[in-house]
Amino acid sequence: MAEVTYRQAVARGIAQEMERDASVVMLGEDIGAAGGVFKTTEGLLDRFGPERVRDTPISEQAIIGAAMGAAMTGLRPVAELMFSDFFGVAWDMVANQVAKMRYMTDGQVALPLVIRTANGGGLRFGAQHSQSVENWAMAIPGLKVVAPSTPADVVGLMAAAIRDPDPVVFCEHKALLADKGEVPDGEHVDELGRARVARTGTDATVVALAAMVPRAVEAAERLAEDGIELEVIDLRSLVPLDVSTVLESVRRTTRLFTVEENPRLCGWGAEIASIVAEEGIYDLDGPIVRITTPHIPLAANPVLEDEQMPSVGRIADTVHRTLRATA
Amino acid sequence: MAETQAQPRHAELGLTDQDVLDMYRAMLLARAVDERMWLMQRAGKIAFIISGQGHEGAQVATTWPLRRNHDWLAPYYRSIASAITFGMTAEDIITAHLAKGDDVSSGGRQMPGHYGGAPYNIVSLSSPVGTQVLHAVGIAMGAWARGEDVVALTSYGEGTANQGEVHEAMNFAGVHRLPVIFVCENNGYAISVPLEKQVGGLSVAARAQGYGFPGVTVDGDDPLACYAAAKEAHERGRRGDGPTLIEARVVRLTSHSSDDDQRRYRDPAEVEALKQQDPLVGFGRQLRELGVLTDELDQQLRAEAKAEINEASRRAEARPEPDVSAAERHVYADGEA
Ligand SMILES: Cc1ncc(C[n+]2csc(CCOP(=O)(O)OP(=O)(O)O)c2C)c(N)n1
Ligand SMILES: [Mg+2]
Repeated sequence: MAEVTYRQAVARGIAQEMERDASVVMLGEDIGAAGGVFKTTEGLLDRFGPERVRDTPISEQAIIGAAMGAAMTGLRPVAELMFSDFFGVAWDMVANQVAKMRYMTDGQVALPLVIRTANGGGLRFGAQHSQSVENWAMAIPGLKVVAPSTPADVVGLMAAAIRDPDPVVFCEHKALLADKGEVPDGEHVDELGRARVARTGTDATVVALAAMVPRAVEAAERLAEDGIELEVIDLRSLVPLDVSTVLESVRRTTRLFTVEENPRLCGWGAEIASIVAEEGIYDLDGPIVRITTPHIPLAANPVLEDEQMPSVGRIADTVHRTLRATA
Repeated sequence: MAETQAQPRHAELGLTDQDVLDMYRAMLLARAVDERMWLMQRAGKIAFIISGQGHEGAQVATTWPLRRNHDWLAPYYRSIASAITFGMTAEDIITAHLAKGDDVSSGGRQMPGHYGGAPYNIVSLSSPVGTQVLHAVGIAMGAWARGEDVVALTSYGEGTANQGEVHEAMNFAGVHRLPVIFVCENNGYAISVPLEKQVGGLSVAARAQGYGFPGVTVDGDDPLACYAAAKEAHERGRRGDGPTLIEARVVRLTSHSSDDDQRRYRDPAEVEALKQQDPLVGFGRQLRELGVLTDELDQQLRAEAKAEINEASRRAEARPEPDVSAAERHVYADGEA
């Protein structure tokens, strides 16, 4: 086991796959000599050369469209969108083309590509550089969606995403890039669609994703001081979705909370809530509560942004209040 | 000076001595604001900054022909000097960078470098690059539909020139002969990616021809050349003869942003050599040659810019943080007009 940062884990996961499979190539803006504007692709140009690590013009439609063409004909492209907000620029390619081609061709065309992107807020970058858009991608049939919270998961899920036969949107959370964690030595490959229990507990289940996982865990530590034990589930992947881990946890804790960074309407937590309401209704002893950013864009000002996103304090207070009110 | 001599260059363009001094003053103020932004970023007061150093001459000069509070500006994140030329104050800009509650651009919502403000006819910048180019086309179209004599100027980098929407904007403006001035500030890099990996054919100006309007390349370190091109473009737009593309070759004297370190992808000797092309130095020299600027006056103007930015910083820092209740305001009209 070695300690690496989340950002180093990105490059490590990709390098592991490029080493074993010559069909894996990268394209994106500033991923070469600059090592990525978030330093997530550092060292890859030196190691694999400019044919496999290609700097592109600022043309997101071309990045995704070209990755798609390359994938149709046998490559496994790893395309980078510098910020997930820029999905907007390339959305036709993502939602109409990449997502639907296998289906529309009756299975003749496979698109084993990965779209990596820096996602999420907390960096004072304002409304168009801070969004959590995993639920945009989740809404499109044909896309898989992954959003890891730890360096080990970054490596393992990156490998799984690259090996996956379908297009995967891989969300790298900007606020987690400097976080450190242990990553197993040697080849590390995980599985898409399997959640991870980040903390075990008996009083309530809290389902979180990406940067909300460490916040939920910290809130759980706070509540433990009051004798409340939360189970925190790191979903890791939205499509495929690990429903059974969530249902199994709720069966034991009888309470469910979700913590989402994306704006409230149609957030992934609504999907979890609806599944648990349908399939786990007899296990529940209280209301399902979603803790989210309100249905608003994020502001750059720290006072405003901190108010908007779910904080450790808001998570702990909401859970505490709800459990007390409905004990 | 002998009476028989031709008019000085600026006079030929219709600029008075005072005009060119005012242009120089705007460049000095933009540089002072820029340097102060770096200082405040390094001091932890501003989250992130993007500099316009090296672009000031082209920005002041291309914006100069526009009529304040009448024409429109759709700028980009390096447009400090354009914004100043079009009316934003040093205090407005520092306040916006500090994301204070009463910042004129966004009430603390926008990130640094996102110039804008309704009082100035400056379109609020968007973070996805190139989007403002289409907005300028729409502004020109709206003015044309209302029969108003309005010109829209939009600026962007040569990397951004490769976005599909910039091409769509040029074609749209070309087809409808809209009064748009496209100003591409070509500094040779898009963050780390050099011109030859961005622009097929290496010329942005050449693309205009394909869309049916003139494209010119000007030396961005020569403000008078930039002014001449912009003046002509402005007149063409007003005459109803459609858009113009001006590609100003400028230098990027700093790293892309406070998050970037250009030594990773750029030879330090190259960066050092760029200082020879600093438009502030070049224009100062030119104004001395024209007999408009003296060393004493230069010192005085620099002292004035410094005093202005000091006062602006002091006042901006003293402004209030936004109230948390503002976080949910203005997502929708909420009963406002
Ligand atoms: C749609 C979109 N893609 C990528 C970016 C990230 N980005 C911001 S500035 C920039 C470089 C722009 O280069 P250029 O247009 O040459 O302008 P310069 O910064 O050199 O003045 C990039 C890639 C962005 N903001 N928006
Ligand atoms: Mg550039």
